[in-house]
Amino acid sequence: MSTSPTTPAVHQLPEEHYLNSTYGLRSWLLTTDHKRIALLYLASVTFFFFIGGIFATMIRIHLLTPNGYLVTPETYNKLFTMHGVAMIFFFLIPSIPAVLGNFLVPLMIGAKDLAFPKINLLSWYIYLVGGCFVLYSFATGGLDTGWTFYTPLSSVYSNSAVTPAVIGIFINGFSSILTGLNFVVTIHTMRAPGMTWFRLPLFVWAQYATSIIFILGTPVIAITLLLVGLERMFHLGFFNPALGGDPILFQHLFWFYSHPAVYIMILPAMGVISEIIPTFTRKPIFGYTFIAASSIAIAVIGFFVWAHHMFLTGESTYAALAFSLLSYLVAIPSAVKVFNWTSTLYRGSISYDTPLLYSLGFIGLFLIGGLTGLFLACLGLDIHIHDTYFVVAHFHYIMVGGAVMGYVGGLHFWWPKITGKLYPEFLARMAAVILFVGFNLTFFPQFILGYLGMPRRYHNYPPEFQVLNVMSTAGASILALGYLLPMLYLTWSMRYGKVAGPNPWPATGLEWRTPSPPPTENFDVTPVVDWEAYDFKNRPDLGLTQPSGPALSPAHGDD
Amino acid sequence: MHRTGDLYGQFETLEQQKESATLGMWTFLITEILFFGGLFLTYTINRHTYADVFSFSSRTIKLSWGAINTVVLIGSSLTMAMSVWSAQVGKKKLVTIFLILTLILGTVFLGIKGIEYHDKYVEHHIPGASFDMYFCTNNPGACNLTTEELAQERTELKELEDKVGGPVAVNAHSQLFFSLYFGMTGLHALHMIIGAGLLLWLIVESMRGRFSPRWNTPVENVGLYWHFVDIVWIYLFPLLYLIDRH
Ligand code: HEM
Ligand SMILES: [Cu+2]
Repeated sequence: MSTSPTTPAVHQLPEEHYLNSTYGLRSWLLTTDHKRIALLYLASVTFFFFIGGIFATMIRIHLLTPNGYLVTPETYNKLFTMHGVAMIFFFLIPSIPAVLGNFLVPLMIGAKDLAFPKINLLSWYIYLVGGCFVLYSFATGGLDTGWTFYTPLSSVYSNSAVTPAVIGIFINGFSSILTGLNFVVTIHTMRAPGMTWFRLPLFVWAQYATSIIFILGTPVIAITLLLVGLERMFHLGFFNPALGGDPILFQHLFWFYSHPAVYIMILPAMGVISEIIPTFTRKPIFGYTFIAASSIAIAVIGFFVWAHHMFLTGESTYAALAFSLLSYLVAIPSAVKVFNWTSTLYRGSISYDTPLLYSLGFIGLFLIGGLTGLFLACLGLDIHIHDTYFVVAHFHYIMVGGAVMGYVGGLHFWWPKITGKLYPEFLARMAAVILFVGFNLTFFPQFILGYLGMPRRYHNYPPEFQVLNVMSTAGASILALGYLLPMLYLTWSMRYGKVAGPNPWPATGLEWRTPSPPPTENFDVTPVVDWEAYDFKNRPDLGLTQPSGPALSPAHGDD
Repeated sequence: MHRTGDLYGQFETLEQQKESATLGMWTFLITEILFFGGLFLTYTINRHTYADVFSFSSRTIKLSWGAINTVVLIGSSLTMAMSVWSAQVGKKKLVTIFLILTLILGTVFLGIKGIEYHDKYVEHHIPGASFDMYFCTNNPGACNLTTEELAQERTELKELEDKVGGPVAVNAHSQLFFSLYFGMTGLHALHMIIGAGLLLWLIVESMRGRFSPRWNTPVENVGLYWHFVDIVWIYLFPLLYLIDRH
């Protein structure tokens, strides 16, 4: 079942690589190497993941009992708000693009770096400055508006530190924009000879689609939050009905970004899954063009569904109808991907290594998350489940079950490339299973709670909901263990792990054709690509024994 | 990444570098369109909801300054385009001269904008605690308006009150107009200031003779940016100054 290394030979780390080519704090803080910047991001998003995690823990402990003794209602409001802000804006949105994308896009297309290395570093600093503002808000009064900043609560009535928080998120937006801009240009102009658009790894297509959203969506949330900030500081009335403004306009502007933003979170994870599955089935991915095109389709259609968050605001019936229909449409490209992944698995020579376990988890959880999205997009049903725990469960299935699983799976998959070391396989598989179990125990009960009528964002609940809430909290503690384990053994492996060699799985991408860890310039000579993506058959350099099993024979002429 | 001559290390050729920089600038401008787009949408919706108050508020802005500024800005686009052309054909002196002219025109624009803002300050048209649409009519002499203009304004205010339900609503809704006016022109002015900084940098580089027919992407890209900022003004001017003026 498990992979045998390409060659039985003992590997050695390359003498000089991007991690040891220069030393000292300056060489990191002023680096323009996309691989080092990726690691700077890795450290910072992990930090925010911790912060968000602490808030989540407190929420779950508070909800153990119907009347919650841990915190006051005001503090409870702050907890779920700060949890959302930290996790969405400072962890999940930058996670895969800025960490894995930064590291991998140039490697995958055979470039020496991104097109604008200095702008890449700048975007990390912008992220930090934005992060500092938000931490300042957390530390001086907190934030109690919900991560959605609905007006006029956020712009007039809230007594918490809204202004520094919106300034922080405003600033942070430019970090996303610059990352997206860098990726778009890099993918257009920096591809190695022979790396045509349709030979690009699907991860790169996913990053491209994500970058489109970064570029088109992020400026809108930036200007919107700027207006909220101005409204609050100078008592203006853009979104304040008391002064003639329009609070619904705020919601439109907010969701015009924030629905596409949910695809910022999920698309890159889909890209990760599209890399892992062919590698561990030893098969070219089924329906390459469909997966690539569906990423773009999701990015585009995703811009036209935002008002499904506002069915209950009294928007016109016809508008609601259109947005409901469009929301159903966006599920099609998502389903296309799921079908293609499962078709790739079919009759593949599967090895259940850790990254694949995460991918299988992803498929199942994303499926549930996506399908319940359709429940919510159904006008009649949404009246019943809007603003209940059903919604909370829906988006956690997608964002945590989908996106975070993809991120952690991707970290495992490329860890040998990033650090040159292998992680302990057994522990890693255990952690994947623990995460899967913990996740479902945490969030599945929330579907039921929501369906039974427990509203979201309340600090207390009727006693009959206690059993399900206790289950959820118990699951959360298992989940926490599941996250802690990888943090520990991955860190451990940096020093003590076995040396991985250039291509331990083996996988087909260009990033695996250079030493692990790669040299600062990525490739000793600019690579020339003369093979199709995920083509295991015509790649003797992978060292796969030929012919090997049904996967490599053209038994069912896919693609 | 190290730089050899004009070529940065991550690129293979100057053409690739130029293509990347240009695509990067266009992508950035697309971002900018959406950035301004949020404001334009907010404006449009309020303009529709509060049509009468918005056109009245708009008429309290002096048309002449706005018109002069439009001409100044279009002129600066011309000089900018000339400096790009000069770089392309290798007239190094002319590049610098036209850049300086562009910078001067940009500064004139900002100066005039300053005068306009000052007028609004005197008239208590700056949103906030001291905002008062009735300040000029209640304090004749405090504003720079003729007796006829004041009389005209009084009648219009009366009519407005009847339409929208009293002075409180007039003040609230015209404050919305001026919030948007300052938000939009302020953001535009900020872009002009950044553009002026970029021009300054180009002027220094150009005096060092860095731009040649082979390599002049910075001039071209700042040019793109400058034209974009001009175009934003071409939309702002009718939206904010020309409502209902026939
Ligand atoms: C498969 C397509 C999807 C559909 C049809 C869909 C539909 C919906 C609908 C209708 C709502 C509003 C429910 C309500 O408030 O009553 C909603 C909420 C939400 N969805 Fe989805 N969704 C989909 C995919 C996603 C994805 C991929 C993500 C994230 C990666 C996501 C994250 C969210 C979030 C964060 C919310 C709640 C936001 C809030 O109110 O705080 N959804 N979804
Ligand atoms: Cu949505």
